[in-house]
Amino acid sequence: MANSKQPVFIAFQANNDTLPIIDAISEDNPNAVVTEMPAMVKIDCPGRLVIKRESIEEKMGREFNLQELQINLISLSGEIDEDDDEFTLFWNE
Amino acid sequence: MTKAKKLSLKQNYTMLTKGLDWEPSYQKKEDIFPQLSFEGIKIHNWDNWEDPFRLTIDAYWKYQGEKEKKLYAIIDAFQQNNGQFNVTDARYIQALKIFINAVVGLEYSAWRGFTRLGRELGDASPRIATQMQAIDEMRHATTQTHAISHYNRFFEGMGNAPYQYDHAWYLSIPKSFFDDACSAGPFEFIVAISFAFEYVLTNLVFMPWMSGAAYNGDMSTVSFGFSAQSDEARHMTLGLEVIKFLLEQDPDNVAIVQKWIDKWFWRAYRVLSLVATMMDYMLPKRVMSWDEAWTIYYEENGGALFADLARYGIKPPRNAEVTIKEKGRLSHEMWSIFYANRDVVGFPLWLPSQEEMAWFSEKYPDTFDKYYRPRFEYWQELEDLGTPYTNSTLPQLCQVCQWPCLFTEADDPTEFVHRETEFDGEIFHFCSDGCHQIFEDEPKKYIQAWLPVHQIYMGNCLLPDADPSSPDFNPMAEAIRYMGIKPGVDGGLFKDHSDAKNWEKWTERPANIHQGASTDFVRKTSSQNSK
Amino acid sequence: MPIKSIRPDYRGEYKDGIEHFNGQQLLNICWEKHTMLGWPMCVPVPATLTFGQLIDNVLPGIYAIHPDFEKIDWDKVQWSTSKGPLIPNRNKSLREHELRHKAQIRFRTPELNGHNNGG
Repeated sequence: MANSKQPVFIAFQANNDTLPIIDAISEDNPNAVVTEMPAMVKIDCPGRLVIKRESIEEKMGREFNLQELQINLISLSGEIDEDDDEFTLFWNE
Repeated sequence: MTKAKKLSLKQNYTMLTKGLDWEPSYQKKEDIFPQLSFEGIKIHNWDNWEDPFRLTIDAYWKYQGEKEKKLYAIIDAFQQNNGQFNVTDARYIQALKIFINAVVGLEYSAWRGFTRLGRELGDASPRIATQMQAIDEMRHATTQTHAISHYNRFFEGMGNAPYQYDHAWYLSIPKSFFDDACSAGPFEFIVAISFAFEYVLTNLVFMPWMSGAAYNGDMSTVSFGFSAQSDEARHMTLGLEVIKFLLEQDPDNVAIVQKWIDKWFWRAYRVLSLVATMMDYMLPKRVMSWDEAWTIYYEENGGALFADLARYGIKPPRNAEVTIKEKGRLSHEMWSIFYANRDVVGFPLWLPSQEEMAWFSEKYPDTFDKYYRPRFEYWQELEDLGTPYTNSTLPQLCQVCQWPCLFTEADDPTEFVHRETEFDGEIFHFCSDGCHQIFEDEPKKYIQAWLPVHQIYMGNCLLPDADPSSPDFNPMAEAIRYMGIKPGVDGGLFKDHSDAKNWEKWTERPANIHQGASTDFVRKTSSQNSK
Repeated sequence: MPIKSIRPDYRGEYKDGIEHFNGQQLLNICWEKHTMLGWPMCVPVPATLTFGQLIDNVLPGIYAIHPDFEKIDWDKVQWSTSKGPLIPNRNKSLREHELRHKAQIRFRTPELNGHNNGG
């Protein structure tokens, strides 16, 4: 696992709620490429992308439940591993 | 009283899915779940089913509720501010007619299909996931109807969606797709819809097309689109989980699943041809071409998916290379047939403007100028002469996907595809190798197809008040009326259509931003009409 | 397996038998290379229709919209079906050409390959 370089992605609605989320993801995933399209932000990353609750809370200045991602999520690609602290997208191969 | 420690996400989900179910004691399991064996799929241990989202009922309602509040706040604001007049032009609105008449019916069919799965699957965890999905699908059908019904107050062709979905000739394409899935077994259905359709392909509708809706000022549609796709992200995850679960349960499942992936990728791709047209021709301001979207969402993202599944022995879908060869021509072939047959469709048609053709030349350098520009320029000459090009003969239909056999050979865009077979002494035609192969696998299923062209010729497409013995009986107009399309109102040339005229009257802006005003209601923005 | 069904005795109905077409049959016709026309056409015709009548009476109603149609030299047209080349006889019927219900006939006009390369 974790050797794949195949792209995973996650896309969010472009709005005030997602600004800190996208900032946090960009900082935690140096290889992530953020593409802005009308009303939408798509984040592509080779192999693996990790979304960390703590980083988002830091940016938002409040507690954040990772399931809140659902509200502004548009789509994603990759296998998912989710627990209370991290939401990870990855490919095995 | 000490406060109980909050359960973790994983514990909470395990309590719900493993703790609430029970083993039957006085009925046999195969009698309770009678649909689980006939497809040949072998399941040894349902406990291995994992839902990565681990969504519990309370969390589901909470987050869905929040999504709904956001969505309806936007829809309300859009409607209160006359948003329908703030989109780019009245051509954009024609795409919404395809949406309301084709996509909403698909969502509703998906609700039917997933409701069945919520009953039939052999474990609480997939039953809960599919039940949530069923509720999602109903939410999509209703929010789409709510959002678009506002447009229906102002524009034609959106007032009879469920009827059109069941009757209109070109809507038999999406309808038969979902009927095919709903009449398959539960495992085939979930592979078809959750994996092949949702995971591999729906991003094309809900990402670049919806982003295009936003770009053209339609905040209402983009909001329901993105809100639906956020559910879709969960559905796609379910689709991938299903595939992995089936492949890990038994090596004999691999060949069956591969066959379903091959079949449903092709079926879904053919349905999505409509989206190619909507992206390239119906968005006055464009975000990306169908060719680019297919490259990103199928070749790159789909490629990653199938690279990951290779470890199970799964190969990319059969005929995927045909879709790549077709991507430079699909939308152009499709728009051509709609234009030439515009009197029998539920929305008016137009020729691409100079500006749009220049964009096509840039985006489709290998195909557009060579094959399609000469056709559109010739048709423009005819339109200018007042004798627009019109086809009046019905097509040979594909027995499987029900598209007219309009597609051309993968390696030669100047040659129609001919694929034919015989079964039980009867002749059947197909649009492609993909559809031909699907037929050969289950001919007795597909001989049952209700093909609109044949039904019209049998005389079955008449409303009760039609009188074939009357001297002014017009069989084609009557068939169109039967299909829920108002002859002389819904189709035709865009510039003559009431939507275009009303748009200019109500907004004082051109109905087609690239061709200037077509009525003299537009005085403020068009110099040739100023007095 | 011709169908996968829960009940082994399931039989679906074939809807397009010739008996439903009011004494006529369906004939599919494709003018090759002429992609501007959009699709192969499907028309109901009597099985007794002769090839001459097909060319003189049926095809103009379908294809006169295409600017190549009036330029066709019918002596040079190459006909075929899924079974291979076909040499038609103007005086013989569709049935005598073995063009039965839902058969497809194709024709190629070698010097005419679409108007202005637009199909």
